[in-house]
Amino acid sequence: MVSRRLGQFLVVGLGLAPATWVAIRALNGDLGVDPVETLSQVSGDWTLRFLLVTLAITPASRFLGLNQLIRYRRTVGLTTFGYAVFHFACFVWLDQWFVWADIVAEIADRLWITIGFATLLLLIPLAVTSTNGMVRRLGARRWRRLHRLVYLAGVGGVMHYWWAVKADTRVPLVYGLILAVLLVVRLVPRRRRHV
Amino acid sequence: MLIQKPADFRSSEITDERVYVDRRAFMRAAAGIGAAAVAGASLPGLVTGMTASPRSRDEEELTPYEAVTGYNNFYEFGTGKEDPARNAGQLVTKPWTISVDGLVENPATYDVDELIFPYTHEERIYRLRCVEGWSMVIPWQGFSLSNWIDRFRPTSQARYVEFTTLYDPDQMPGQRRSVLDWPYVEGLRLDEANHPLTTVVVGVYGRPLPNQNGAPVRLIIPVAASNEYGFYANVNPDVDHPRWSQAKERRIGEFRRRETLMFNGYGDQVAHLYQGMDLRRYF
Repeated sequence: MVSRRLGQFLVVGLGLAPATWVAIRALNGDLGVDPVETLSQVSGDWTLRFLLVTLAITPASRFLGLNQLIRYRRTVGLTTFGYAVFHFACFVWLDQWFVWADIVAEIADRLWITIGFATLLLLIPLAVTSTNGMVRRLGARRWRRLHRLVYLAGVGGVMHYWWAVKADTRVPLVYGLILAVLLVVRLVPRRRRHV
Repeated sequence: MLIQKPADFRSSEITDERVYVDRRAFMRAAAGIGAAAVAGASLPGLVTGMTASPRSRDEEELTPYEAVTGYNNFYEFGTGKEDPARNAGQLVTKPWTISVDGLVENPATYDVDELIFPYTHEERIYRLRCVEGWSMVIPWQGFSLSNWIDRFRPTSQARYVEFTTLYDPDQMPGQRRSVLDWPYVEGLRLDEANHPLTTVVVGVYGRPLPNQNGAPVRLIIPVAASNEYGFYANVNPDVDHPRWSQAKERRIGEFRRRETLMFNGYGDQVAHLYQGMDLRRYF
C-alpha cells in the first residue's frame, strides 16, 4: 500500500487538479463566451463531485474493504469546502461584483440560491472541525454526530443543482441517484464481524 | 405561420412558466419541411453593402461573431450553450418552405426564397437581452416582418400571429427528448408583429445565418426578453422572473453587470403598444 504521506499528497494533488485546470484555461482565455458562467458551473460541478466522493468513502471502506481510504475522508471533505467557497466567490465577486444589496436579495428571493447558500453554511462547521485537534477536543462521538450534517449538505447540493438547471435535469438526476445510493447503503445495519 | 383569431389563444396557454427557454433562438419564423438531399447550401439573397436601418443602435460595441454564433439557446439542438453550434450543421435548410394559413386572404405554402428575395435587406444592430441575465449587441440582416404580414393580408378578425417551428427529431436531436413541448410555438399580437422593429432575419455580420442562429430565417424582436415566459415577455427590469433577476444584465465580453433598460432601451419606439396595460401582470 502507498505510504500515508504519499497518499495524502496524491489526494491533495487530485483535489487541486480541477482548479489547476480551470486556472490554466482562464490564463489562456479559454473559458468560453461567458467566463463567469463557466467558472460558476465548473466550481459548482466540482463541489458536488467532491461531496459525493467524500460520502462514498465510508461505504467504500465498509463494503469494499478499502479501509485505508478513511484517513483521506477529511481531506476530501475540505476539498469539497474549498470548491464550495470558490463557487460562492464566483457568485459574490464575478457575477454580482460585491453589490451586497443585490446579493442579499438574490439569496433571500430565489429558493435555489437560498438552498445553495444554506448548504455552504452547513459545510462551515464541518470544515472548521476537520483538524486532528478539533476531533480530539470534540470527542469522536460528538464529532461524528456533528459531521452527519454532510448528509443534509448532500441533499442541499443536489437540490440547488437541480433547480439551477433550466430544462434538462438528466445530470442533476444522476447526481441525485448517486447521493441516494450513498445515503441508503448507510442504513444497512452493522453486523459484528465473524472472524 | 398561422394568423388566427383571439379565441385560439387562451392566456393559460401562452403564459406557461414551465417553458424556460430562449425566444431569441427559437423564433425561427415558421415551420418548414426541409426534406431535401442538398445539405449545407448557403443561403442566397444576401446583398452586400446593404443599407443600414434607421432602427439600428450602433453606438455600442458589437459582440464578436464567434460569441454570437457559438453561444446559443436553441434546445432543438441541445440544452447546452455550445450544443447548437456543434449539432446544427446537419440541418438541411434548402429547400425550405413556410406555410401560411389561418385568417389570411392569401394562405399558401411558400418556398423561403420567395419570402426572402423580394425585400430590401437592411443591417439592423440590435441589443439582445436574454432572460438569463446576459446580453449581446448583434448586427443582423433582414427586414420588417410587416412586409410578410402585408403580403399575406390578414382578415379584419385576425389579432394574433402564431409561429410554429420545424419538428424533425432526425435533424434536431434535442427534439428527441421532451425538454419542451415540440414543436416550439410562439405568438405575437398583430400590432407587435407589424411593428417595424420586429425583424425577419436572414443573416448576421453580413454572412448567411448559421444554422445555430436560426437559418434559413428567424425572427428577432429586440424589445422582447429572449425567452418566452409569457406572451408579453418584454424586457422589463421591474418585473421579476422566478429564476433570474431582470434588473441587471451582463453584456457578453464584460464583467460588471449593467442596468437593464425598460423595453431593452426601445421604449421610445414601442411604449405605445403597451400603454394602459399592467405590465406586472401582462409581461
